[in-house]
Amino acid sequence: MTANYQLNHLRELESESIFVLREVAAQFENPVLLFSGGKDSILMVHLAVKAFHPAKIPFTLLHVDTGHNFQEALDYRDALVERIGANLVVGSVQEAIDSGMVREETGYNATRNFLQTAVLLDALEKGKYDAALGGGRRDEEKARAKERFFSHRDEFGQWDPKNQRPELWNLFNGRKQFGEHFRIFPISNWTELDVWQYLAVEQVDLPSLYFAHERPVFERDGMLLADSEFLPRRPEEQLVTRSVRCRTIGDITTTGVWESTATTLEDIIAEVSIARKTERGGRADDKRSETAMEDRKKQGYF
Amino acid sequence: MINSLAHTELLRFTTAGSVDDGKSTLIGRLLYDSKSIFEDQYEAISQTSAKRGEEGVNLALLTDGLKAEREQGITIDVAYRYFATPKRKFIIADTPGHTQYTRNMVTGASTANVALILVDARHGVVEQTRRHSFIASLLQIPHLIVCINKMDLVDFKEDVYEKIKEDFSTFSHRLNVKDVDFIPMSALLGDNVVERSTNMDWYGGSTLLYSLENVHIGSDNNFIDCRLPVQTVIRPYSDEYHDYRGYAGRIAGGVFKKGDKVTVLPSGFSSTIAKIDTYDGELEEAFPPMSVTLLLEDDIDISRGDMIVRENNQPDISQDIEAMLCWFNERPLQPRGKYAIMHTTQEARCIIKEVRYRLDINTLHRDEENKEVQMNDICRVLLRTTKPLLTDTYRRNRITGSIILVDEQTNETVAAGMII
Ligand SMILES: Nc1nc2c(ncn2[C@@H]2O[C@H](COP(=O)(O)OP(=O)(O)OP(=O)(O)O)[C@@H](O)[C@H]2O)c(=O)[nH]1
Ligand SMILES: [Mg+2]
Repeated sequence: MTANYQLNHLRELESESIFVLREVAAQFENPVLLFSGGKDSILMVHLAVKAFHPAKIPFTLLHVDTGHNFQEALDYRDALVERIGANLVVGSVQEAIDSGMVREETGYNATRNFLQTAVLLDALEKGKYDAALGGGRRDEEKARAKERFFSHRDEFGQWDPKNQRPELWNLFNGRKQFGEHFRIFPISNWTELDVWQYLAVEQVDLPSLYFAHERPVFERDGMLLADSEFLPRRPEEQLVTRSVRCRTIGDITTTGVWESTATTLEDIIAEVSIARKTERGGRADDKRSETAMEDRKKQGYF
Repeated sequence: MINSLAHTELLRFTTAGSVDDGKSTLIGRLLYDSKSIFEDQYEAISQTSAKRGEEGVNLALLTDGLKAEREQGITIDVAYRYFATPKRKFIIADTPGHTQYTRNMVTGASTANVALILVDARHGVVEQTRRHSFIASLLQIPHLIVCINKMDLVDFKEDVYEKIKEDFSTFSHRLNVKDVDFIPMSALLGDNVVERSTNMDWYGGSTLLYSLENVHIGSDNNFIDCRLPVQTVIRPYSDEYHDYRGYAGRIAGGVFKKGDKVTVLPSGFSSTIAKIDTYDGELEEAFPPMSVTLLLEDDIDISRGDMIVRENNQPDISQDIEAMLCWFNERPLQPRGKYAIMHTTQEARCIIKEVRYRLDINTLHRDEENKEVQMNDICRVLLRTTKPLLTDTYRRNRITGSIILVDEQTNETVAAGMII
């Protein structure tokens, strides 16, 4: 009898994530969903729509905008917000620079990636959000592999990885003091391959950047970066046109692109199943030191 | 390609055992030999190993990702790792062996189908092996695989393996575990992890990966007692769905079917399932661990924390809860202390009315004299809650039978409990 009652792994992951999203809606007063335009946050929105159907999602979307975007990603964001009838808040790194709240890095490796933390914390405080949903996955990076679903942050937004609350079964303890908040990772247990397989099964519409297209790129530190006005090139860095696609989408200055001919989700899945490098292998921000991610996360980064 | 994947099952397993028995190395080896490690990850740990002057590549670094862990060469918190074979997708929780971090071991073990208990072949069964095996049995992990590791350091001798197997069995007979396997291995060299060892011809059993791919997990869920703890009520407030009232939750037990007579607890009102709704359309039936939305024929007052069950199969409704507790906090358990208690989607307050006994893990002796419960102790308690909880025994249902206690001042999770 029980033989028929077995979910496949994608449906089990889906069900787990929906459970977490519903817990967030029930346990917090003012949750916000961090929307970066990447496939993981697209997946998270898709799951949230499913979790509360036929009602609207009970989360505001927050985009921490570095100002260094792929235009396609912004267009996609606006269309999505319109379609699901959600409320979008943008936290602007440019404004934070202009107002003197943060200072911009200079030089060839300059990135606004690290400025995002301050802007994020500021936006969370201004909006009085008590929970921020993120699309972080444990398979992405070794510090993320240590995250709980419900991750407690003190009043400075800091993560204390050595002293996390035990998280048992599916009993999520979202209790906190005034001024503290939680980071919540509903898709913790998904791998990159799971995400792509699921997006394909569900036929989710994605930004064109994820599919192979011709683009002027240049090589730096063994990875390909997209040509952009935000990214000054060193004299020896020559532009070439290649067929590429993104595996993650973030700030244009740190998002590597990969040579690819994959034009459909099926092609992408075939590529990902035999990929020999992690998707973050293309991210300059992780390469700054061995524990770059842990250090950033402790300060409040995602 | 997508369709062939539609049949992949998910298996969650956890590691357990004493410090330095080789848990993290084993997970690293499993990932490496099953070709689940990416080039950039491998390169990064090769560099780190070289920098630290280690001989080979230290595969434990794949899970020991925190700065403090790498400095000390130990695991502090659970790391989750993932890999898949054509048969199954695996979620691994690599947990620490240090007594100080037992709570993180329990965290990793609470959702596992299988526990790998590591034993260092040179040292045999030690206190921490017993403690972790006992916790695994307390958490009702359905399958245990005892990995007798570092066989390379005892010349791959069969009698060492047999002796440990015997010692463990003597101990585990007194635990409540149904399914125990033993595998001799070397995590460092890879013997019997993914590849069959050529150094231990005397061993006729399977490799670790083969066992993980084939252990039967189909009956690990409860398909008998229908339980839906309500998480939230879905009310769209739109014209199209004007009267829509859906009770959203994840099935914790049993198979719900459209048309079933159900009872809502604690109110006791009865109704019929009008519809099992999902975003992808209506379902005829729903079973664990599906997340669904139930609609009922009648208008009843239902909110978060209520439970929808079958009329003729109900959980206990009680304010007196008898449970085994694992204590996690530096502040010892306060007899007659008050704590917040979380159970399914319900929250209440409770008082610890009585500590019945404290358990000595080595001897399994029930200490009724010294009942001071410190961090990492296990004890049996009687709790009195401010409102009735809807419980099953943990043995019958891991979801409706589990609780956590939370310190009301610090909000820390101070204990995990299994209802008896
Ligand atoms: N010779 C030999 N050494 C091993 C074997 N497995 C692990 N080791 C070594 O044992 C030491 C401890 O290994 P770890 O994998 O870090 O142990 P652990 O059980 O994860 O330790 P904690 O997580 O801190 O409890 C390391 O130096 C490993 O290289 C083995 O099969 N043979
Ligand atoms: Mg370890």
